[in-house]
Amino acid sequence: MTTKPVKEKKSKLLEVRNLRTVFRKDDEDIIAVNNLSFDLNPGEIVGLVGESGCGKSVTALSLMGLVPDPPGKIMGGEVLLEGKNLINLSENNMQKVRGKEISMIFQEPMTSLNPVLTIGEQITEILELHGGLSSKEAIKEAISLLKLVGLPDPELRINEHPHKLSGGQRQRVMIAIALSCNPKILIADEPTTALDVTIQTQILELIQKLTKDIGTSVILITHNLGILARYASKIHVMYAGNLIESGSTDEIFYNPKHPYTLGLLNSVPRLDFDPKMELSTILGEVPDLTLKPGCSFAPRCQLATKKCISTVPPLTESKKGHMVACWESSKVTRKLR
Amino acid sequence: MYAYILRRVLIAIPTLVGVSLVIFFFMRILPGDVVDAMVTDETGAMVFTEQQRESINESLGLNRPLYVQYGGWMKDVFTGDMGYSFWTKISVGEHIRRRAPMTIEITVLSLIISWVIGLPVGILAAVNRNSIGDYFSRGIVIFFLAVPSFYAALGFLIFFVLVFTWRPPVDVIFFWQNPIQSLYVALPAAVAIGTGMAAVIARMARSSILEVIREDYVRTARSKGLANNVVITKHVLKNALIPVVTISGLQFGNLLSGSIAVEMALSIPGLGALLAQGLADRDWMIIQNLVLIFAFAFIVINLIVDIIYSTIDPRIRYD
Repeated sequence: MTTKPVKEKKSKLLEVRNLRTVFRKDDEDIIAVNNLSFDLNPGEIVGLVGESGCGKSVTALSLMGLVPDPPGKIMGGEVLLEGKNLINLSENNMQKVRGKEISMIFQEPMTSLNPVLTIGEQITEILELHGGLSSKEAIKEAISLLKLVGLPDPELRINEHPHKLSGGQRQRVMIAIALSCNPKILIADEPTTALDVTIQTQILELIQKLTKDIGTSVILITHNLGILARYASKIHVMYAGNLIESGSTDEIFYNPKHPYTLGLLNSVPRLDFDPKMELSTILGEVPDLTLKPGCSFAPRCQLATKKCISTVPPLTESKKGHMVACWESSKVTRKLR
Repeated sequence: MYAYILRRVLIAIPTLVGVSLVIFFFMRILPGDVVDAMVTDETGAMVFTEQQRESINESLGLNRPLYVQYGGWMKDVFTGDMGYSFWTKISVGEHIRRRAPMTIEITVLSLIISWVIGLPVGILAAVNRNSIGDYFSRGIVIFFLAVPSFYAALGFLIFFVLVFTWRPPVDVIFFWQNPIQSLYVALPAAVAIGTGMAAVIARMARSSILEVIREDYVRTARSKGLANNVVITKHVLKNALIPVVTISGLQFGNLLSGSIAVEMALSIPGLGALLAQGLADRDWMIIQNLVLIFAFAFIVINLIVDIIYSTIDPRIRYD
């Protein structure tokens, strides 16, 4: 192994190296995450994008050490949090990381809070666990956290159960829980998918503001490119468990180099489109995740050649900071209207 | 909440009236009455004349019109003595007061045993799903589900007698007179009934926990860094308990029927044995009143179960 320059090592908060998470089903391995590598710098918001089933959520659960085992298992790679490999940590030590150093907001606010415990109980337990607060201090802290996330009447709400809150309010509570111990990293797994469009913006603005205040880095998982354009500084595009393209948000939007990324961008509806024109789509279906030779996108790709079907394209740098895994990337250009 | 309880009590009244009517008329429709039981010898031959029959019937008030008999019984129920046994001339109320404490003791004990054994077994089996311990406990659970309680009672009895040279006291000792002696009588019966109920609770708890453990909020709890035992006891268990409480309440019916067989098998003078004796003697007064009391107890228990629901799950409200 080559030694890295000290400076670079210091600036990286999280380094994911060749992460491989496999689900075993009927003696068949389903590779949900395949050789995934990416970095996260302090204070940065990074987007992870891809269609349903591409491995975004499994990536998040792998980072948290929460992949359901069985059937899932992390089969290789490293997740380095400030140089500490989380994959090798014992369950006990991992419990000290979860909620304290890395925390997570889930997609479904309606089911993510425990229906039989009060809002207060669900916030104070994490404050008492990681913050070492007494129950009195924890209640006080929980009220100020709820105020911070904009929940009305926090003194009253703290004694209420989740079923009395709306979806947006519950997601606010989830944010309060996730940020309660000032974590270094927040993983937001489609935090607004289940919410109203008007609430979506509020929630994302809240996440952006609060994480900026406490210096938390965010991994924002979504399939909504519009959200990333606004909030993320870097975007990683996943397809069938593989990272196929990554780069700065501007690069991905204006200069995509992977036909899949281009397809995603072209299928975003825009207000200035001619309403009679059909929305472009990516043909074909979501791939199955068993191991096959060749590029996983090849069956749906209009540019696919024989080489694409036989050999997996490696992730290579097309431009500084812009990585793409495609043999035909030179042919991909986005025509901006 | 109080309005709900009041409403449930009001609904219970017609239920109990219905039960009383059904049992009253069934007893009189079924062939064979108390006089048959009295006047036949062991071979079934009549030893009394027709005239003697008449006079027995008259002295028991069985020759009155049915509605008069039913009205008289209802009056007796409200005065608390519940009429008189056809045989012993002791009021049924007195019979029940003498025998109920033992049955209540056995019932409470078997309920405790069923939870103390069943819940931990269910939790451990669920948490260590598909481990050797899980398979083993599932096997044991199926065994106790399959064995009838009176059979288990005899098994325990023989086991205790042979292994520990244990001899159960023959006479009734109430719990408040001498708790230890009283437990000697009640415990074998309670273990016999309780283990069967524990098997049901363990099965229900296991499957209920396995369902809850997959819920999103359990993943949230884990994402906070809570230890596994905290996740299970604080976040999973409370949610998983509702079906277990339900089945425990429904099992109360089994408890009553189980007490008949077990009390007979262990010759414990409780309400179950009293009912069995009453059936053999065609002692309608005993049967009617006990059935009514069992129905009443069943209604009360299920009301308690419903109230427990609302304390477990805040989403259940009875306003």
